[in-house]
Parts: sequence; structure tokens; C-alpha cells
Amino acid sequence: MAEWETVIGLECHVELNTRTKMFCACHNEFGAEPNTLTCPVCLGHPGSLPVPNREAITRIVKVGVALGSEIAPHSLFHRKNYFYPDMPKNYQISQYDLPVCVGGHLDVELPDGSTKRVGITRVHMEEDTGKTSHGSASGRIHEAESALIDYNRAGVPLVECVSEPDMRAPEEAAAYLRELRGLLDSLEVSDVRMEEGSLRCDANVSVRAAGTDALGVKVEIKNMNSVRSLERALTFEVDRQLAALEAGEPLVQETRHWDEDSGTTKTMRSKEEAFDYRYFPEPDIPALEPEEAWIEEIRRGLPELPRARRTRYAEELGLKAEVARVLVADRAATSLFEETVALGAEPAPSANWITQDLAGLRKEAVVADAAAEPTVGPRHIADLVALVADGTLSGAGAKRALEEAFRSGAAIADIVENRGLRQVSDAGELGAVVDRVLAENEDAAEKFRAGNESVIGFLVGQVMKASGGSANPTLAQELLRERLSR
Amino acid sequence: MAVEIDIDHVARLARLALTDEEKTQLRSQLALILEHAAKVSEVAADDVPPTAYAIPRANVYREDTPEPSIPQAEALANAPEREDGRFKVPRIVEADR
Repeated sequence: MAEWETVIGLECHVELNTRTKMFCACHNEFGAEPNTLTCPVCLGHPGSLPVPNREAITRIVKVGVALGSEIAPHSLFHRKNYFYPDMPKNYQISQYDLPVCVGGHLDVELPDGSTKRVGITRVHMEEDTGKTSHGSASGRIHEAESALIDYNRAGVPLVECVSEPDMRAPEEAAAYLRELRGLLDSLEVSDVRMEEGSLRCDANVSVRAAGTDALGVKVEIKNMNSVRSLERALTFEVDRQLAALEAGEPLVQETRHWDEDSGTTKTMRSKEEAFDYRYFPEPDIPALEPEEAWIEEIRRGLPELPRARRTRYAEELGLKAEVARVLVADRAATSLFEETVALGAEPAPSANWITQDLAGLRKEAVVADAAAEPTVGPRHIADLVALVADGTLSGAGAKRALEEAFRSGAAIADIVENRGLRQVSDAGELGAVVDRVLAENEDAAEKFRAGNESVIGFLVGQVMKASGGSANPTLAQELLRERLSR
Repeated sequence: MAVEIDIDHVARLARLALTDEEKTQLRSQLALILEHAAKVSEVAADDVPPTAYAIPRANVYREDTPEPSIPQAEALANAPEREDGRFKVPRIVEADR
């Protein structure tokens, strides 16, 4: 059996969250009533004039600078012509041979902790298409007699980022997509919500005999709407291609559709005849020639990028690599962490509370569809960390305090007082509880004296229970041992 | 300068069903248009770089400031068919794209 190598490249489409569309002043908004965010320009009425949105151009330059691309001194929009009703003009304004950003790379952290550099071929600016829904009850394209179209999305600024075919496994492609999403999120250029379609990803995948340079027959897969489905789709597709090659069956260059329910890819259409898009320069839009000073200003204004931030968190703040990764992947969590540390809180425990307990509470709230208002702020986390450190709160008490703060937004100090969560660290006060527990559990005490060490855990548990969770467990154990050794 | 036109290809891209007579006529007419346009290259000396634009301008932008869109009814006014506030179009055959 030959050794095979997988080759993957990704094309990602990113909707920018500018206030207006790419070439007209219609609101750029998700979820509005159909066809209420249109005008003669984005409806393609004759005589209307598209004018590029300066903020969108600023943002694509920002993305390019963050990816280490060359920002082209001269770049053009082209018309991509095709017959499909998702664009009312019968063409999409896109870029062809002169994109805004050329080259670049993204350093991707792989699951094993190593780093892989993935090349970026180009990043170009275009406009999104309208949203098509098919009129058949079954929802299947082939059975639909008609299609319904909403042009609210037509003309929304869309950035396409094309990677080099540098990835060698589905996990690497998933890691790349996560890294890119984190980068775009940190740049605040897009909502990057895959489930809402503001970040979309198509994959090109082929397999070839290991050690050769020629690319195998390329298959494009579409319709993955999460990082997980990208990884699943690629895993399925690589297996399918390998099975065909090992069986000596020919592969065809084609576009395949990922079907989430069946977990398979299916042929969409034959790609034997390349589409003839007849690209030509968009005559209505003059060239983009960003000045060096503007690019420099954008470069200087870049925030700390996720990779640098993870390194700093691990090396300077002492966070575990995994905690730093989880934290930095979430912009809201990262800001909360920064603000908490700015209040003087210890970084490592702050990060743990934010990425574990608080993240868990947020997830539950999302599942329960509860209010998404951020009730827990930096002061809460900082107080929690300080009160655990000075012994006022036990781990269990701190968890209860955080849960309460998450529900009500009340200050941690008030919750501790009102709920009686203060940890009992007073030997006299706790001693009375310990004596009572020992009196009620004479059997266990006997077993311990007879040499069964593990019974101590049970007894500490009883003390915690009797104190309503407020006992300091370390002190409880000390007092138990002291009394049992008498 | 004679230019060969693949009239069947051009007609297919434009979604036009042409008769043989029309094909013959359009093939020669389109060729004439291209030959006419090609004359520009004969006149332009080496010091005239190719351009897609008649006016030397660059960097024409608008600010990211929203303005009201047109009402739904107006957007749909010219639609031959509509349903649920959407444009209704004939069945889409994916292979057409």
C-alpha cells in the first residue's frame, strides 16, 4: 500500500461588520425583514453608481497587515459575470488579478502545541450576494419550482482570504480556521459567527503519493458551518479519496457539498467545464491606491494579536498554555481578564475563574436562553480571587458566590455576607463542629484510629456538610487529625 | 486584423438561443467591433500604458454613514413575481451558474 499525503487549502469569506454596505449607504444588518435594506445601487438598477466604503477598505488593509501581506500600491475591482439570481446585476463586484493584499502567512498553533506557518496567497475585497431560499416544501433544490430572494445581504462587504495548500491534515485545517477566526475577532472587523454565515469556509482537498510535488485531483467542499463540520467533512473526503485511489478508481475534479446530517460529501455539479466569468475591470470604480502613510497608521493601530497575546500570558503572567489558548480565543473573556488583572488581581486564578466556572455559567445561560447581559465584571473576579487567597472563601464557597453574582450582579462582598459564605477558619468555632461530627460518627473515628487513613476524607466531608459548606477544609482536617490522635 | 469569434460559446454565456442565420450575422458583426477596438493598439505608442479607465483617478471612497434604504414595496415594484416580501424567480438550476 502506497503512503499518501493529504493537501488542503482553505478559502474563507468574512463579512465585515461595517455600518453600511460595500458600495452604497444601506445598513449592513443581519436579520431584518426581507428586502428592506436595499437601494438602486445594491439592486443593480441601471445608472446607479457604486462607491467603495472607506471603512471596509481600512479593514481589509488591517487584515492584510496583520497577516503580513503586501498591501498592493495599485489594486482594482473587477466584474465577475455569471447567471444566477443571487446578484441582481448578473455580476458580482470582486477582485481578480490585482487584489488589495498579496501574500502573507498565519502562524497556527496545532493541537500538539507545535506551531505551523500557513501561507496566505491573497486577500481580496468583494461584495456578498443575496440570500436565496428554495420554494419546495422538501427544501431540496432539485424539486423546487421556484426560488425566493432577499437582497438585504447583497452588497455587504466581504473579504475573501485564500490560503496556500499548506495544510496536511483535517486537524491542521481546523486549527488554521480557529486561528484565523481569533485573529479577525481581535481585529474587530467582523462578527466571525460561522452559524450566522459571517464567516464561511470552503476547502480544497486532494491526496497524492507522499514525497511527490504534483498535486492530486482537487475537490472543493462547500457548506461547512462550524470548525467541527470543516474537520468532519475533510476527514470524510480524505477517506473517500483514499478509498478510491487504493481501489484504482479515478477521481474527478469537482465541487462537493457537505451534508451535516449524513456526515458525507455529495457531488454538486461537474467542474469539467471551467466557468467563464469574463472578468473585466469595473469601469465605475477607480483604482485603489492606498498611501503608505495610511497603511502605516493602520499598522500602528493594530491591537496585540492572539499569538503574541498567548505567548505573553504564558511567559509573563504564568498562565498554562491551554488556559491562555482558551482565553485568547474569546475576545469578551480576554477583555474581562485584562480588566481584572488591571485591578491588581493574580492572573492565573483570574484566568481560571473566567475560562472555567464563568464560561460554564455562560454556556448554561445560552442553552437556557437566559439574559445574555454580562452581570459579572472585573471587580467580581478580582474580589473572588482575593477572598480565596486570604482564606475568607473556600473553593466551594467562591463557586457559590460566582453563581449568585452571575444571576444578580451583586457585589461579591455582599453575597458573602448575605449568604453566610465566609469560610470558618477560626479553630475554636470550627472545633465545636468537629467535636460534634466525631461524636456522631464513632464508627468512622474508630476505623481511622485502627489505621484506615482514607476515612479522613469522609469525616472532612461531614464537617463541611455540618458547617453548611463554610468550613475551611484544610483546617477541618487538621483539627480532626489532632483530636483523633489524642 | 481578422478576429475569430466562437459564436456558440458567446451565445451560451449570454443565454441566447440564436438561429443559424443570426449566428452568421452576429459572428461577422462582433468580429468587426473587435477589430475596430483593436485599432486603438495601433495608435497607442509604447509610452501609453494599457488602462481600463478614461480618467486618471484613484481612491474615490464614501464614508461608512448609513442612509435610509427604499421601502420593501418599492424594491419589489419591478419584480415580475414576488412572495413573502421576496423576489420570486424561476427554479434555479445549479449547473447554470
